[in-house]
Amino acid sequence: MTTMQKLLQLPVNAVNIVKTVQSQVQGQEEDKSPVLTPDGGQQTWYNALQPDELRHLRSGGSGGGFGGGGGGGGGGDQEERAVLEEGGGSFQNQPLRHDDLKEMLDSNKDSLKLEAMKRIVAMVARGKNASDLFPAVVKNVACKNIEVKKLVYVYLVRYAEEQQDLALLSISTFQRGLKDPNQLIRASALRVLSSIRVTIIVPIMMLAIKEAASDMSPYVRKTAAHAIPKLYSLDPEQKDQLIEVIEKLLADKTTLVAGSVVMAFEEVCPERIDLIHKNYRKLCNLLIDVEEWGQVVIINMLTRYARTQFLNPNINESLLEEGGEKTFYGSEEDEDEDDEDKDKKAEVATMAKRKPYVMDPDHRLLLRNTKPLLQSRNAAVVMAVAQLYFHLAPKAEVGVIAKALVRLLRSHSEVQYVVLQNVATMTIKRRGMFEPYLKSFYIRSTDPTQIKVLKLEVLTNLANETNISTILREFQTYIKSMDKDFVAATIQAIGRCATNIGEVRDTCLNGLVQLLSNRDELVVAESVVVIKKLLQMQPEKHSDIIKHMAKLIDNIQVPMARASILWLIGEYCEHVPKISPDVLRKMAKSFTNEEDIVKLQIINLAAKLYLTNSKQTKLLTQYVLNLAKYDQNYDIRDRARFIRQLIVPTEKSGALSKYAKKLFLALKPAPVLESPFKDRDHFQLGSLSHLLNAKAGGYQELPDWPEAAPDPSVRNVEVKESVPEWTKCSSREKRKEKKVEKPFYSDSEGESGPTESADSESDSANGSESVSGSEVSGSGSESEESEEGSESEEEEEEEDEEKDKKKKKKELKKKPVQESESEQSSEEEEEERKHERKSKPRKSDSETESGDEEESESESSQSESDESESEAEVKKKKKAAQSKPPAKPVKTDGKKEKKEMSLLDLDDFEPAPSPQVTPVNSFLSSSLVTDLEGLSLSDSVLSPATIAPSSALKSYELLHRITGEGLSVEYCFSRQPFSPDANMVAVQIQFTNNATSDTKNLHMEDVKLQSGMRVKEFPEIELLPAGETTTAVMGIDFCDSTQAANFQLCTHTRKFFVSIQPPVGELMRPIFLTENEFKKEQGQLMGMNEITERLTLDVKCRNEHTIVQRVTTAANLSRVPCGSDKECSPPVPPPPPDHPVHRFAGRTVTSSSLVLVTVATKEEGAAQLTVNCEKMVIGTMLVKDILQALTQ
Amino acid sequence: MIHSLFLINHTGDIFLEKHWKSVISRGVCDYFLEVKEKAVEPENVPPVLQTPHHYLISIYRDKLFFLSVIQTEVPPLFVIEFLHRVADTFQDYFGECSESIIKDNVVTVYELLEEMLDNGFPLATESNILKEMIKPPTILRSVVNTLTGSSNVGDKLPTGQLSNIPWRRAAVKYTNNEAYFDVIEEIDAILDKSGMTVFAEIQGVIEACTRLSGMPDLTLSFMNPRLLDDVSFHPCVRFKRWESERVLSFIPPDGNFTLMTYHVSSQNLVAIPVYVKQNISFFETGSCGRLDITIGPKQTMGKMVEGLMVTVHMPKAVLSVNLTASQGNYTYDLATKVLVWDIGKLNPQKPPNLRGTLSVQSGAPRPEENPALDIKLKIQQLAISGLKVNRLDMYGEKYKPFKGVKYMTKAGKFQVRT
Repeated sequence: MTTMQKLLQLPVNAVNIVKTVQSQVQGQEEDKSPVLTPDGGQQTWYNALQPDELRHLRSGGSGGGFGGGGGGGGGGDQEERAVLEEGGGSFQNQPLRHDDLKEMLDSNKDSLKLEAMKRIVAMVARGKNASDLFPAVVKNVACKNIEVKKLVYVYLVRYAEEQQDLALLSISTFQRGLKDPNQLIRASALRVLSSIRVTIIVPIMMLAIKEAASDMSPYVRKTAAHAIPKLYSLDPEQKDQLIEVIEKLLADKTTLVAGSVVMAFEEVCPERIDLIHKNYRKLCNLLIDVEEWGQVVIINMLTRYARTQFLNPNINESLLEEGGEKTFYGSEEDEDEDDEDKDKKAEVATMAKRKPYVMDPDHRLLLRNTKPLLQSRNAAVVMAVAQLYFHLAPKAEVGVIAKALVRLLRSHSEVQYVVLQNVATMTIKRRGMFEPYLKSFYIRSTDPTQIKVLKLEVLTNLANETNISTILREFQTYIKSMDKDFVAATIQAIGRCATNIGEVRDTCLNGLVQLLSNRDELVVAESVVVIKKLLQMQPEKHSDIIKHMAKLIDNIQVPMARASILWLIGEYCEHVPKISPDVLRKMAKSFTNEEDIVKLQIINLAAKLYLTNSKQTKLLTQYVLNLAKYDQNYDIRDRARFIRQLIVPTEKSGALSKYAKKLFLALKPAPVLESPFKDRDHFQLGSLSHLLNAKAGGYQELPDWPEAAPDPSVRNVEVKESVPEWTKCSSREKRKEKKVEKPFYSDSEGESGPTESADSESDSANGSESVSGSEVSGSGSESEESEEGSESEEEEEEEDEEKDKKKKKKELKKKPVQESESEQSSEEEEEERKHERKSKPRKSDSETESGDEEESESESSQSESDESESEAEVKKKKKAAQSKPPAKPVKTDGKKEKKEMSLLDLDDFEPAPSPQVTPVNSFLSSSLVTDLEGLSLSDSVLSPATIAPSSALKSYELLHRITGEGLSVEYCFSRQPFSPDANMVAVQIQFTNNATSDTKNLHMEDVKLQSGMRVKEFPEIELLPAGETTTAVMGIDFCDSTQAANFQLCTHTRKFFVSIQPPVGELMRPIFLTENEFKKEQGQLMGMNEITERLTLDVKCRNEHTIVQRVTTAANLSRVPCGSDKECSPPVPPPPPDHPVHRFAGRTVTSSSLVLVTVATKEEGAAQLTVNCEKMVIGTMLVKDILQALTQ
Repeated sequence: MIHSLFLINHTGDIFLEKHWKSVISRGVCDYFLEVKEKAVEPENVPPVLQTPHHYLISIYRDKLFFLSVIQTEVPPLFVIEFLHRVADTFQDYFGECSESIIKDNVVTVYELLEEMLDNGFPLATESNILKEMIKPPTILRSVVNTLTGSSNVGDKLPTGQLSNIPWRRAAVKYTNNEAYFDVIEEIDAILDKSGMTVFAEIQGVIEACTRLSGMPDLTLSFMNPRLLDDVSFHPCVRFKRWESERVLSFIPPDGNFTLMTYHVSSQNLVAIPVYVKQNISFFETGSCGRLDITIGPKQTMGKMVEGLMVTVHMPKAVLSVNLTASQGNYTYDLATKVLVWDIGKLNPQKPPNLRGTLSVQSGAPRPEENPALDIKLKIQQLAISGLKVNRLDMYGEKYKPFKGVKYMTKAGKFQVRT
């Protein structure tokens, strides 16, 4: 249409007319056999534009006839119809047809009116003008038939603005409608009244809105909320009165109204943030039950609100990280030196000083209540929550949104487009968040180009030293794509990877040079441009590439590429002294036929060569300058003139020519290839403005965090006695209860951890902590926020409690978290509760908790406790896992271990850390991590004996006391997941200062690693007093090899060369597999990947426990349950009890390759050991180690 | 928020317009049409465009563009998601969402749009509510309406609008109470030339069809919920219950709906049900190439692989193909250069094979990239992740419903690079 329009120079309307006529003629043809169309009734009105029925009417035909509908008219009809259709768009014939419609509207029969209205609406839908029917239509506004009425409303809303006077005729009907007993009629009357944009009735509208805002029916109130922005846009003068209404509606307690009124708030008075205070907690609590669209609006508004009211949780980011780790070590110290209470208190005091940030409970409330919405089916809701977390959550918690956003990538391509834009922005700020999902951004050849380019952007942003090889391999595939725009984008992406990651620069460059021989010119051109940028970084190394490119100038025709090559040769003419003059010669020859940008570069090249090699190029340069002098383009003429003056010495030439060399051959800084998404995050994510990277109309800036938090008490509300309205309906109430409930393990799973990481120094017993503590437990919170739900909460929790009693196991697994909670609460409280507990053990929920707290306390004081043995065992176990090994770690831990083994089958145990839930991004203390993990496993249906306990930690010597001049260092593999990076093995280092003087500034330096390996250094230990011992944790990514990590251990005086070499068994982490899964995986790892050894078991180690223990000591694997497999279908007949088969499973830490170990026992201690592992080297070494462990 | 909506067919004709605020001239669409002309494929039209006075947000569905006009800041996904909901509603009402069906039902469409938005803000988007207000057209109803003069528009406020369970109609009654759940899993995978898996994951969805009287409260539990890594739910599912107990507890909507979608945790290896051996090559000299594709079963868990279909987007230079298929038929569309090989059931004894020559436009350079193969397949009665529904319980109602669960595995975005 556009082309046609341009050709004919017609206005849009004219084209439309032509088109309408065409389509009508078409329609007419289709129409000839309407009887055949399956849907007669619908067909009828579609015929509405056809006049044959009208003809019936005019000739007094029966009205009911239209059911049989526009039956095939005779020849006469056809003619008449044709005439009318022609006139459809022209003015002359219009009255005629509309007369018929008017006639129908005036009739007494509703069915006729309906028919007429349907035709009129169809005209409106097609964008045809039906305004002259206004008087006839408006008469029917009071029609009894609801469908007619609705269609009249549709018409009115469309045309009232144009016919204001006539529209007034309908007002009284609506006013009557506003008083109707039927809420639907009241609402729709208000809706239409507010939708007809007639300025005269503003006062009436205002009155109606005010009245409706206090209507009984929430639906009418919702409609009132919708009416507010309509009135505001009609008459902004009314703002003050409208704000009053908004204020009133904001206080409404129904979910139905919430979304609409916030919408009105956003359109009318987004700056009046103070109106939200009193409703903040209510909105947070209702959020989950508001309809999806309302959720989006509310979440966006609350993001802004939170930015004005709360403190930046990441404000002392660096301090926090550092502090977080310190605490971790600190807490360990506490445990080790429990008796030395003084030390502990001193420590606590310093921490309290260092740590000013405590998250406002309301801030936490918002984060907690929006989190489940990440599971919404509505992409807009997910995005809204994601941006809320991105802008408001502490760094450690933002990670949760990645998974949800990646999920949206499965949706429609438009959704993908928007999500990828936002992900691209996020990846610049928080790369780690999306790293685990790298593969989800791989490109398929069927993706639309715009999606491909965005995915490429994300992949580039995610590239780092470790994953670059995989990414480059992907890019290699993309380069061969048929979609050339995409190939060009890929080449640019490679260029960016190469600039960002120095290690791969040469590889990338070589790859790009190879592309220069590609047959596609676009590809070559793009490569040239990118190579140019890369070479600029280190030109001296690559003169042969420059030569190669010089040769290309004969073949490449794309101007940008030619210009780039010329620039490169000119810039680095010293590296290619022989070739460059020749290139200039060729270019001088073709100068007149070149594009402008090439010409400019030829001039540049000539100038530079003249300055460096004037002997050979003087004449050529002058020739080129002469050619340029008469060029058509003034830019080129100017440039030539300017350069001639500058470089060619004449008597007149000024002072500048002396500096010509400096001007032209100055060292140019290498270009920085930046992502176009850099700094986009100053726009609120997910907004239109962010997408366009420009401020859209009505965009509300996301304010910066306040320096000091405004008074939080503004959000307090007086509690009203009355039951909130929404709990009246019984079925709803039930649902409500479920929603508001805070089952404490799920909550603490999700939130307690992060809370603590944010307030990680909260071991101290100061009062403020009790706030967050109570928040976690979900009861006892003093803020009235919980008023609404508190009753049901307690009930729920009691229910939970009952369940818990039934499943003691679960409860025990939960304990770790509660224990960590308890660390927060004050000692006095504990004292009080202790008494309580003694009198009636475990009656209500809160008391249970207190019990747990008490337990933990007793643990910390290492006093004798009257708890059941199993519980004590759990804790000891836990402690063993957490704490650094004491003076003689191997021995003592080993003993504990054995004691536990016998209890294992009877009671519960601490599950080994599972890799599934390791928070990749968080700097949680590692004890907390294990707590969380234990917790997450508690949801599962594991039978107790499935996972082997983590074994005694064997420690190795890093530095002997004598070589270390009094400093002795030992390390052990703690087998905890290393929280900052899941691919690293955690190494726990214990420093003991045996010297008489203090050691200061213990830190690492000069790390020497094999390629691919990485180290996360332990934080510097500032002071190690004489005779003291301290521990630190570092992470090493060994790349699944047993290569040693070499580094220097430095004190303030000395440096020691040390190295850490892992036993192969420490390069893996346990995973949980069922027996069937195990066998399935084993079946896939046959042949070369399977290593079998026969052995005779040591006499001492023929029972099951010993075998399990020895294997798990040798390697960090978890046991596969046998026989007790409930999950998979066909029950495998258990092997004869005398000769059990033991299976163990794990994955290597870096590459996640499966490691499967089978020990099949036979008669008289004979056994067969089988190791299946993709990595053959690891397999072989593992066999050796396990063999040794079992036979020694 | 959403100011106006235009429906545009793939040739660029605007065949429907609806304004929720004051009228915007359809001239605004010209900006869009211009971009559309430039983009060769309709998928490549950016969903968000900026014009001097408006923003245009569009989706492309079923060969139609739904173009909405925006004047002020609004989250783009909000609009996109809503437009898709509109298209879904049309689909739901009329069985398909095409230009002709929308033109045929223009009044119903208009009534729907009127109800779905008020002043540009979504009002009622749940299909159950809409259906109470505006009845979907059926032949029977239109006949009855013409005879009795009753209308398609309800005169009562749908109960759902007022409750906290807006997705469910009140007073539902069935003589046969049934609840069916289809667990459908899709394998998304990229295999490289040598058949190695570059990337594979399982995405699942549970489609439900419930015809239950009254207000049933259902609880669905899985044998192995730990498999589920990432989930998204229909609003009816109670989040907290899932978080704490890993069961789905919900009051279902009436009729068909998507209960949940899930992603199977990446810890588990994905079983790839078929292997593909392919060899597509173009000769340097002479204008022809060779194609040889064989598909065989790999990890099918003993189930039959059905509905096997291979789609190849050939390079533009390929003029025609001359192939023989040992099983099934193939078609080659000359205009779009798409080769489709419809195999049907996979015979494990005799893996189907397609081979022959490709003739390339003479003079054209040898295509440098080999086309990727898109594979479609279906395996009945198998959820490839091993997910199993444990039980379904109903509370709140007395009767015993008939319950059924069906499993199916499909190939999602399953691509073999060559």
